This record gives sequence, C-alpha cells and structure tokens, in this order.
Amino acid sequence: MTKLLEWVFGVSVLGAAWACVTFDLLSVSIPGAYREVAWPLPLYLLVSLGCYSLATVGYRLATFNDCEDAAKELQAQIKEAQEDLRKKGFKF
Amino acid sequence: MAFTLKWPEVDRKLCVSVTSGSPSHSSNSNSSSTMASRTSTRSRTNGDKYSVLLPTYNERENLPLIVWLLVKYFGESGYEYEIIVIDDGSPDGTLEIAEQLQKIYGEDKILLRPRAKKLGLGTAYIHGIKHTTGNFIFIMDADLSHHPKFIPEFIEKQKEGNYDLVSGTRYQGNGGVYGWDVRRKLISRGANFLTQVLLRPGSSDLTGSFRLYKKEVLEGLIERCVSKGYVFQMEMIVRARQLDYSIGEVPISFVDRLYGESKLGGNEIVSFMKGLLTLFATT
Repeated sequence: MTKLLEWVFGVSVLGAAWACVTFDLLSVSIPGAYREVAWPLPLYLLVSLGCYSLATVGYRLATFNDCEDAAKELQAQIKEAQEDLRKKGFKF
Repeated sequence: MAFTLKWPEVDRKLCVSVTSGSPSHSSNSNSSSTMASRTSTRSRTNGDKYSVLLPTYNERENLPLIVWLLVKYFGESGYEYEIIVIDDGSPDGTLEIAEQLQKIYGEDKILLRPRAKKLGLGTAYIHGIKHTTGNFIFIMDADLSHHPKFIPEFIEKQKEGNYDLVSGTRYQGNGGVYGWDVRRKLISRGANFLTQVLLRPGSSDLTGSFRLYKKEVLEGLIERCVSKGYVFQMEMIVRARQLDYSIGEVPISFVDRLYGESKLGGNEIVSFMKGLLTLFATT
C-alpha cells in the first residue's frame, strides 16, 4: 500500500467514525453531549497539528547546528593540501 | 611516489623509511601491501575494500583537495580503498587534473571512468560501479561539502550493526551545516519535516548524499529508482526501507560553499515538492 493510500484509508476511517457520532448515522441515539464534542473535533485536530508542526519546525530551526569549526578546519586543510600537492609535483 | 603517512605505533624500521619518503624503498610503492606486512594495530586488511564514487562536473579546483583528504583519512585509518572519478566531460579540464592525481597516487588508488557529457547521477553511479573492486561503496559530493574525516565513522557504524547502508545526517546528533542563512535553514527543516510526515522513511536526512552502501545493495537500489537529482537520493532511502534494508546514521557537518553564498531557488523547491508528492503517491 502506498503512503497516499495509507493516508486516504486512515482519514476515511476517522472521517467515518466522526460522521457516525456527529450525525448519528448508526441510529444509536448518541447523547447530545457526545455529539457536541465530536462536531468540532476535526477542526481542533487540524489546528493542533498545525501548531505542533510549527513548533517542531521552529524548534529544529533553532537547534540547527552551525559548523563554524568545520569550516575553519576545512580552510586550514585546504592550504595544507595545496602545499603538499605542490611538493608532490602537482600543477594547479 | 612519496607518501607522508603518520604512523605513531609502527615498528621502528618501517617508520624511518616511510617518513623519509624515499622512493627507492620497495614497501612505499604500495601502501596496502606495506600495511599488510605490518604488525601494528592499524592494519585492517580483513578483506573489506571501500570504493569511493566521485561524479564530477567542473570540479577542477576541488578535486585535488577532496582526493588529498580521502587519501589522508583512508591512509590513517588503514582501510583498503579506491577512488573512482566519473567526469562528465567537464569543460574546465577536471579530467586532466584527475590524470595528474592518478600519477601521484597510483592507478590502483585513483581510477578514471570519464563520460562524454553530463548524463545524470544514477547513470554515473552505474558506470562507476562497473569497475569497482570494493565490496562497499561510498558516495559523496566532490565539492568539499562532505568531509572525508567522517569516513572512519561511517565504516565503524556499518560494522556495528552490519547495516546495508549508512547515511550521513545533518539534522541529528552533532550534525549541522555551515554557510546557510536562516531562510535556507528554515526551508531545509520545513522540507525535511514534510518528508518525515508524508513518507515516514526511518531516516532523518533524506536528501543527503554522503552515504556508504554495500555494493549489492547499491546496485539493487539504482535499478529500482526512477527519479533524478536529489529526489533520486530520497528515492534510494525510501526504496531501501521498502526492501527492508537496515539503515544506520552518522552525524556529519556539511560545509556549503566555503566561499560565497548558497542559493536555493524557487525552481528547486518546486521540483522537490513534485518529487516528494510522486514518492508519496507511488511508494
């Protein structure tokens, strides 16, 4: 099953469950309290996921390591390499 | 050929001849046979050989430097290696540079497999693999953004879990980048987050191209991949997951464009999204 199909399947299952509770599709006479809570759930879920995504990306952006030392080390090694290669007869 | 290897724990006799770099000493002509005859703990001739594939296009300036670094770190680590330069008809004379390097380091260490024109990464790997004598393959960029100092870490990681592939990651541990501004980092993290959510690949850095593969794993994956460019790198990991290959990770530092600014244009973002959605829908 492709990831797309997995998502479509998952969303369908959740959607069907939500519709059953909200619109009482199974005619089980679900109490009004449950229906009132279930009704805005998809929206709440979307908003929460959006907030989670923003927070995660923001956190990862803030903790993205800057490799200053690696750059300096590389610059030093470039000079070392150029000298060493010239000694070995390399013509740049 | 004069090697300047530094071997702190080698027995005296060999140490003198190696560090003086005298070309007349026969053991200098092939570093691997010298290492095989040493009884030092640095010798690692257990049959594993690592081939490094370096596709190049206009890398006249960087190629000697990356080869020097590879020789340095492989030499210090004691592992068997070879470097395969796959030049796609670079107009700046990269191939001549590669030939000079071949004279300095030997035809057993530097192999040239040039092609007439720029033909793409997947085919470059296939072309390069055909003549490798190693059982492990490193792929990396030739523009010094990937540093060979991580190579021993990759090898040790691979041995640790007998991983089918080991991927360098910029997003975990003490991996990171140099030369990216906030916008670039944001795009990178955002794109990676989207990839993780949609594809759940089990690997933290999907677009990275500093990796170690078992030879047969790489061959099998290339056959199955259809994308181009860095989406190709993403697809390799996704397919590896599908085939239940084990994936290890090593944090790496990515030094992007030591000189000048790194740019990521709208075109690349669009093609990334297309590639991501294609993988989402087809794997």
